[in-house]
Amino acid sequence: MKEHHLILRVVTKSLVGTIILFAFYVQFHGDFSPGGGFQAGVIMAVAFILYGIVFGLHEVQRVLPAWVVHKLVALGVLVYAGTGIWNMFLGYEFLHYGSFTPDHMSHGQHSGILYVEAGVGITVTGVMVAIYYAFAGRTPRLGNDDW
Amino acid sequence: MATASETPHIALTLRDHLPILQVLIPLCTAPLIVLLGDRRVAWGLAFLAALLSLVVSFLLMMQVMDGSFISYHLGGWAPPIGIEYRIDAANAFVLLLISLTATLVLPFALRSVADEIPARSHTLFYACFTLVLTGLLGVVATGDAFNVFVFLEISSLATYVLVSQGLYRDKRALSAAYDYLIMGTIGATFFVIGIGFLYMTTGTLNMADMAERLAGQGSNRTVQAAFAFIVVGMGLKVAIYPLHLWLPAAYNYAPSAVTVFLAATSTKAAVYVLLRFMFSVFQPEFVFDTNLLLWILAPFALLAMFAASLIAVFQTNFKRMLAYSSIAQIGYMLLGISLFSVTGLSATMVHLFNHGITKAALFMAVGALVLRSGTTFYDRIEGMGRVMPLTGAAVVLGGLSLIGVPGTAGFISKWVLVQAAFEADLWWIALLIVASSLLAVIYMWRVVEILYLHTPHPEAIHKEAPLSMVIPMWIAAGACVWFGIDTSLTMGAANTAATGLMGGTDGMALTPTVGGLLGNGQ
Repeated sequence: MKEHHLILRVVTKSLVGTIILFAFYVQFHGDFSPGGGFQAGVIMAVAFILYGIVFGLHEVQRVLPAWVVHKLVALGVLVYAGTGIWNMFLGYEFLHYGSFTPDHMSHGQHSGILYVEAGVGITVTGVMVAIYYAFAGRTPRLGNDDW
Repeated sequence: MATASETPHIALTLRDHLPILQVLIPLCTAPLIVLLGDRRVAWGLAFLAALLSLVVSFLLMMQVMDGSFISYHLGGWAPPIGIEYRIDAANAFVLLLISLTATLVLPFALRSVADEIPARSHTLFYACFTLVLTGLLGVVATGDAFNVFVFLEISSLATYVLVSQGLYRDKRALSAAYDYLIMGTIGATFFVIGIGFLYMTTGTLNMADMAERLAGQGSNRTVQAAFAFIVVGMGLKVAIYPLHLWLPAAYNYAPSAVTVFLAATSTKAAVYVLLRFMFSVFQPEFVFDTNLLLWILAPFALLAMFAASLIAVFQTNFKRMLAYSSIAQIGYMLLGISLFSVTGLSATMVHLFNHGITKAALFMAVGALVLRSGTTFYDRIEGMGRVMPLTGAAVVLGGLSLIGVPGTAGFISKWVLVQAAFEADLWWIALLIVASSLLAVIYMWRVVEILYLHTPHPEAIHKEAPLSMVIPMWIAAGACVWFGIDTSLTMGAANTAATGLMGGTDGMALTPTVGGLLGNGQ
């Protein structure tokens, strides 16, 4: 396996970092340009999926084990809801981001969006990778020689 | 949206947050369970969430019993732009039923789930259970049409998973879950198409605002199409008679605890959504005059009452029999709607609650029988009433309530329904209600006869169910009697809810009665 697809492997290795960087770009610029947690999450997942396709499921799961992925899915939701609960502790409605900076509400809105989008990004990454793991990890009912 | 307001902000208290906490508590519990990943903690957290939901829904109920409503603005964005949670008597009543059932089911589930599902799936099972709870509470609490769809999907998707968990007892649970998935998705799709049409004509998703704008423009084809899509879509979720095909298999093959929870809550939440859309969003006059819904809904309701009861009589499986009986009971609720009066709607609302607790008691008894006999086929559970006296007595009590014997909760709802039929001068409908109750006597007597008048099956374990199952079962069975004698809570809430719903769009006025919530964010 190792000796095949040399070009693919080299290109993938150099691309993975760039893809992850781009995911962060989309994540943090979501409020100014097209993008946000959903897109960033998918792009982030693509980095892992590409790595998995080229190097194999086993290799990618050494980097990102399946149990971590499952926790990520739950963690993102908690980050989102936690932001809202934080607002409630500040004395405003659930997800009233203005409460972060009551004197200048639009600044609070800005940071609130970043927090919840971080939650969305984490969950979407987790879900996408989890779906890939689920499909890739399926053992065929009949092997190729059983026909 | 608020820039810094001139008046200083008054911090919201926990009491102001109750509407969102109702949904938020189980919503946060589900990912927390997954994150912690321990199955003993999972059950504890799920139970804590259900218990807190029950407290919240009780506090909400107390606030809106007088016919007022509470409006909560998510993110401080005022409706119709922002998402609004709106609690009035109609949905507080359903919230109470859902959280009460969840609180009863979880202690019951501890032993039942341990018996029916392998330990490695328990964590995710309880996570899914809290997600179903979240979805159902959200569907009922929200005042935003699209939010209803989102929560409907949360609860449905988690429900499919829960139903499929019956596969360790019977592989057919997988096909039952798959059938439910297909039918449920078609239902949700129709529902969201309907909302799309409404959004197209009104340009808003807030139910109160939608109602106001629809009232202004009378009826046109788009609105009619929206109405048809919403009724058929929710009809699939409610299991209105010809759209009920997913229900018997889903109830039958799901794990016992799941069946208890689904039978007592999920169709009820769907009935509530149907009511909300028929009466609050669309004009009742539009629904009943323009579309002659009385002549569409009532025949199907009557058909359900008789056909499903007849099918139930000929079942050979206790659990499946109760599933068909549920379809028949949904017929009573629809009949109450189609009579189109405050009394009729009260009957629907009160039957929603009474049938919920009755079926909870009966399905819990089924779960106890499964634990001891391994199955619910009549030939295997015969004589079990003798060796499990408490479970057997709960079946009898639940059965009496299902039939509608005076002194039980089931009697109250049928009495109000008969009253509504007489009010509408439809005495023959009243006769049919009584006649279909006689069918319930037949199918419940069959079970009682099998449980008591036979010698116990030798292969079953001859032992009463554990206390963790018997106590919730008897709380539900006791509630059947309690609410059959003291009807102040149930009938009071049902009447207030029905009056509010019959008020049509007036019941959805945009100005809330609770002041403190509006003081900020605008």
